[in-house]
Amino acid sequence: MDLYSNLLLGFNTAVTPMNLLYCFGGVLIGTLIGVLPGIGPVQTLAILLPTTYSLSPISALIMLAGIYYGAQYGGSTTSILMNLPGEASSVVTCLDGHQMARQGRAGAALTVAALGSFFAGCVATLMIAVLSIPLADISLKFGPAEYFSVIVFGLIGSIVLASGSIIKAIGMIVVGLLLGMVGTDVTSGAQRFCFGVSELADGIGFVALAMGLFGISDIISSLEKGEKRDILKGKLTGFMLSKKEFLTCIPATLRGTLSGCLLGILPGGGAVLASFSAYMLEKKISKDPESFGKGNIKGVAAPESANNAAAQTSFIPLLTLGIPSNVVLAIMAGAMMIHGIQPGPRVITSNPELFWGVIASMWIGNLMLIILNLPLIGIWVRLLSVPYRVLYPAILVFCCIGLYSVNNNTFDIGLTALLGLLGYIFIKLDCEPAPLILGFVLGPMMEENFRRCMLLSHGDPSVFFTRPLSLSFLLLSLIMVVAAGLPALKKKREVAFQGDDL
Amino acid sequence: MKPDIHQKNLATAFIFIALGIVAMVFSVAYKLGTAANMGPGYFPFALGAILTVLGIIVATQSLSIPPDKSSRISFKIKPVLMILSSVFIFGLSLEPLGLFASVMFLVIFSSMASDEFNLKEAVINTMALLLMVFIIFIYFLEFQLPLWPGFMFSHS
Repeated sequence: MDLYSNLLLGFNTAVTPMNLLYCFGGVLIGTLIGVLPGIGPVQTLAILLPTTYSLSPISALIMLAGIYYGAQYGGSTTSILMNLPGEASSVVTCLDGHQMARQGRAGAALTVAALGSFFAGCVATLMIAVLSIPLADISLKFGPAEYFSVIVFGLIGSIVLASGSIIKAIGMIVVGLLLGMVGTDVTSGAQRFCFGVSELADGIGFVALAMGLFGISDIISSLEKGEKRDILKGKLTGFMLSKKEFLTCIPATLRGTLSGCLLGILPGGGAVLASFSAYMLEKKISKDPESFGKGNIKGVAAPESANNAAAQTSFIPLLTLGIPSNVVLAIMAGAMMIHGIQPGPRVITSNPELFWGVIASMWIGNLMLIILNLPLIGIWVRLLSVPYRVLYPAILVFCCIGLYSVNNNTFDIGLTALLGLLGYIFIKLDCEPAPLILGFVLGPMMEENFRRCMLLSHGDPSVFFTRPLSLSFLLLSLIMVVAAGLPALKKKREVAFQGDDL
Repeated sequence: MKPDIHQKNLATAFIFIALGIVAMVFSVAYKLGTAANMGPGYFPFALGAILTVLGIIVATQSLSIPPDKSSRISFKIKPVLMILSSVFIFGLSLEPLGLFASVMFLVIFSSMASDEFNLKEAVINTMALLLMVFIIFIYFLEFQLPLWPGFMFSHS
């Protein structure tokens, strides 16, 4: 099958009324939570996972994906209007976007953000379609040694490119891997770390862990901080761009899209890193770097296209290797497994309508987002007056009902509260919970490949270093750890992640 | 006042080392096996060992990094207690008392965690959420949930 017929299959799947409805629902929820500070795509996906049980896997994934990229759109709205990033990936948009708003060009900034995101979304969709098949073909040739090494690479990459202490982040991964060991061992049937609790025999539920770490602990720490808001009052006018503005934005959008597409594929990449890098790039190559931070329209166009492109291309490692590159994708992987689909290279051949349907829905979803965002912006802004003290009980209600419905027992609710406490303790100790969940998702796969590999090599660990592909992934991981420890780079990371509290 | 140790790192180190040792001790009981033919304990034992080593590294760091304001642990007890207990209460009351009562407890108790708690607003919020729960979960998604207290309809 060639690209054309694949995409045709995808669009045929995505335009059924049911899937269109779920796609619309996804981008609508995504925009909503993107606008609302205090709740991001990670929490939302965790909370809504159980509600997708009754859907078909295709509809469920279309909706969940829509929430992720929809949030990138919504986040930019609050950044521009209120200097308040709804999402971490929109932090840089504040710099120039809010300045434009202060100069009375809020409409133009919003238009640029929406059109740039749409363009980037189209390119990224096409890129996934073109790259997936060859990448999946390569990964089908992977043996257990290669898989083990690529998982190590993915895990290490995800922390090096994130913020905070590297040692603590590695520790969090190991904690996650250990939590993934809880339950019945697949190979021997032995029960591990169950401590006599029969509900733990199937392992810690993914939903319980995700909700505990990102729902409950997040609410507790947000309540502690209290809320501050500075809403820009005034009329929104002038959505049209002048010809000059339009022309200056084209190259910036192109560069932003390109860097977003590339950084999205990297492990640990994704929307946050992409928007920062795209902004830095624009500033560096500009003839007039002084104008950045004072309402330069390029400073909106580039990061907004980059974060949307990256949000989409970060699906590539998941769909081709089965390895999620960041937390959001880890949750998507969890969602696929809940619906009985093992993420990885075989998805393309075993579930083509799912694979291409989700890709096609991304393009359709982007189109819907333009329609949702520009004319309806007034409604979104009004939503911001919903205070957090009204919002978080609603989040808890969704969490708790969802948790109960997973197994129809209340054990998971109590477990989640405990995991929420654990997550809160880790947040208090400056240990980020994100690497933990990546480790949790990848733990069983990592152990299985490690055991299989050592069995084949009769216990000789040199197999990881003698196979060229495996060796290169391990070397790359080592280089990343060492490089991240170097003082020069350490400083840069600290600067780049200032004010980023995801 | 200047704290004399890096509290956050020391506590992290303690957690890592404790979890690592627990993992190793239990893994030995699960049978380690050999490298060529691993038992269920082999991989978790290795992870436990790595975690312990990482904990020791963090501990030594906590002694060498000069502590400052941000290295001290500070937290408010009210949000932790109120949020966690409201979730527990929901879990305990759902099956005996039904969904409507337990959602009511959850919303009211958790609302008290906020510094801006306001009873009237919390009650209105409860009503609105009950309606939303009914429309979304019962009517639209058709979840099977116990709605009312079990003793009211004990005809089964």
